[in-house]
Amino acid sequence: MTAFADVQHFAGDPEWTWYILFYFFLAGLAGGAYFLATLLRHWGTPADEPLARLGMYVAFPATLICPLLLTIDLTKPLRFWHMLVNTTPGGFGLNFKIWSPMSVGVWALLVVSLFTIVSFLDALARDGKLRAPLAGVVAVGGTKAWNVVGSVFWLFIASYTGVLLAVSNQPVWSDTWALGGLFLASGLSGAAALLLLLSRYRRGAEASHPVLEVAERLFTALEVLLLAVFVITLIPDGTLDDAFGMPWLLLWLVALAGLLPGLRGLAVGRLSVTGGGAVAAARVSASAMAPALVLLGVLALRAAVIFSVQG
Amino acid sequence: MATTEITPGKAYGFFTDTSVCIGCKACEVACKEWNQLPEDEDEIGFLGKSLDNTGELNGSNWRHVQFIDNVPDETLSEGDGSAFLLMSDVCKHCKHASCLEVCPTGAIIRTEFDTVYIQEETCNGCRNCIAACPYDVIDINPGKNVAQKCTLCYDRLQGGLQPACAKVCPTESIQFGPLDELRAKAKKREADLHAQGLKQANLYGHDDKVYGGLNAFFLLMDKPEAYKLPNAASAVLPSRNNIGGYLGGAVTAVLGLLGTVIALRERRRHGGEPSEPAEDAQA
Repeated sequence: MTAFADVQHFAGDPEWTWYILFYFFLAGLAGGAYFLATLLRHWGTPADEPLARLGMYVAFPATLICPLLLTIDLTKPLRFWHMLVNTTPGGFGLNFKIWSPMSVGVWALLVVSLFTIVSFLDALARDGKLRAPLAGVVAVGGTKAWNVVGSVFWLFIASYTGVLLAVSNQPVWSDTWALGGLFLASGLSGAAALLLLLSRYRRGAEASHPVLEVAERLFTALEVLLLAVFVITLIPDGTLDDAFGMPWLLLWLVALAGLLPGLRGLAVGRLSVTGGGAVAAARVSASAMAPALVLLGVLALRAAVIFSVQG
Repeated sequence: MATTEITPGKAYGFFTDTSVCIGCKACEVACKEWNQLPEDEDEIGFLGKSLDNTGELNGSNWRHVQFIDNVPDETLSEGDGSAFLLMSDVCKHCKHASCLEVCPTGAIIRTEFDTVYIQEETCNGCRNCIAACPYDVIDINPGKNVAQKCTLCYDRLQGGLQPACAKVCPTESIQFGPLDELRAKAKKREADLHAQGLKQANLYGHDDKVYGGLNAFFLLMDKPEAYKLPNAASAVLPSRNNIGGYLGGAVTAVLGLLGTVIALRERRRHGGEPSEPAEDAQA
């Protein structure tokens, strides 16, 4: 970067569009869901177990859909495995380039899929849907060590998508270091909202609502902070107009609208769900509007970042 | 042009002297013919941009003659020296190549001639190289569906032949040869032009200031940015954002963890912590 002199960008457009948008969206949500499930299971109370299992269920489909989205985005989808195996004549071996986020991300996705599938099977077993001996085999998927390592990988997945964009020579993306954090914070708040939304269909999960609501507010605050960093880092390179010009400004407005439930919660209730101190699960708002708005904002944020540069 | 002996293990490249380019596009034709590149879907058309109907470098145009129209509509005075800027653009075969750095499949390699080459059998079309290339050189070839760009006629070099574009260039604007020889020629040419009063003549990519040095470097008649070439300050590698990006993510993860711990603690503090699991939640 040069100090307060427009950086010259002449790079072409990679045409990363809808498949990548939904990959980023799902990766953020699944990552946040697994992370929250882990913390609720191992650092919450036994009453948080229903929501912990729900988190594992939410993360599971991403392990199938995300690789599929990435594969069909390739112009040669049948060569998806070239990401993992070097097919250069005479250079046969595994491909792993620590300095290429795409390379690191593919491996991380592979590892996290293993962790998530086992945790998903363990959740099924805990819900009585799997019998011995398989239930015994997958019980490792519910252990603290397994879930913590899985969470670390998921946090990486939710975050590296932003780093992947930054490690380029595209305007906006490469002018900031904040995208990794921004996508992670947004993924966490989106995951909290999604779990709040889905928990109404899971008996006993409402016991965890207070934690999710407060966590969602704090994740939103973190997201606002990182949005500010994102804007500030674009100023020296003169690419603010690229990111926030029309029509992308409309997407940004939707993304900002997605922050409103969390910000309102912070303003009204701060860190308490009832505002009065005592938390009663029954008093938690049953409205689906607020979580839905948060999720829409998570999607819009990624769409604004992805499409504004390639428009 | 004298015949060049081509030896594997030695660095080769192009020196493109834009001061003698006449915009004949013979290089584009030779490149297309030799490499059997398909025509663009919209190639047979009128772009309405100066005399340039090729438009850009992409997966099927590995040479592109830029016509940069900086001539006033009415000549200010006879012989004021204003002229189109012409430049036969091509992959720069950077020493520190952004495309090679980010390619996850290992499809992009450095050859025995020190050039940057995309192996079409290995590329899976992830397009990370397109996002990274600061010169907008690489694109998906519509026929092969993989990322493609100038190979510096790798197959011709292996056969001891110079690249097609350099061979046909009628004004020797495109010169091929060992890199050290080309650099010496370029320095002399720049000095000659300066001596003739053309002080704007400047070399781009001949030294290590831009991506560690370009194997395809240029003598320009204006600032680099006039030719859509990033100046030395803007010529930066994608990997510069690795540490900052990951660090930002890591700090956010820690803060996210802290946020969740606070949420758990607040529930406990406000007496809202349920102790009994729901019946169906028994492990």
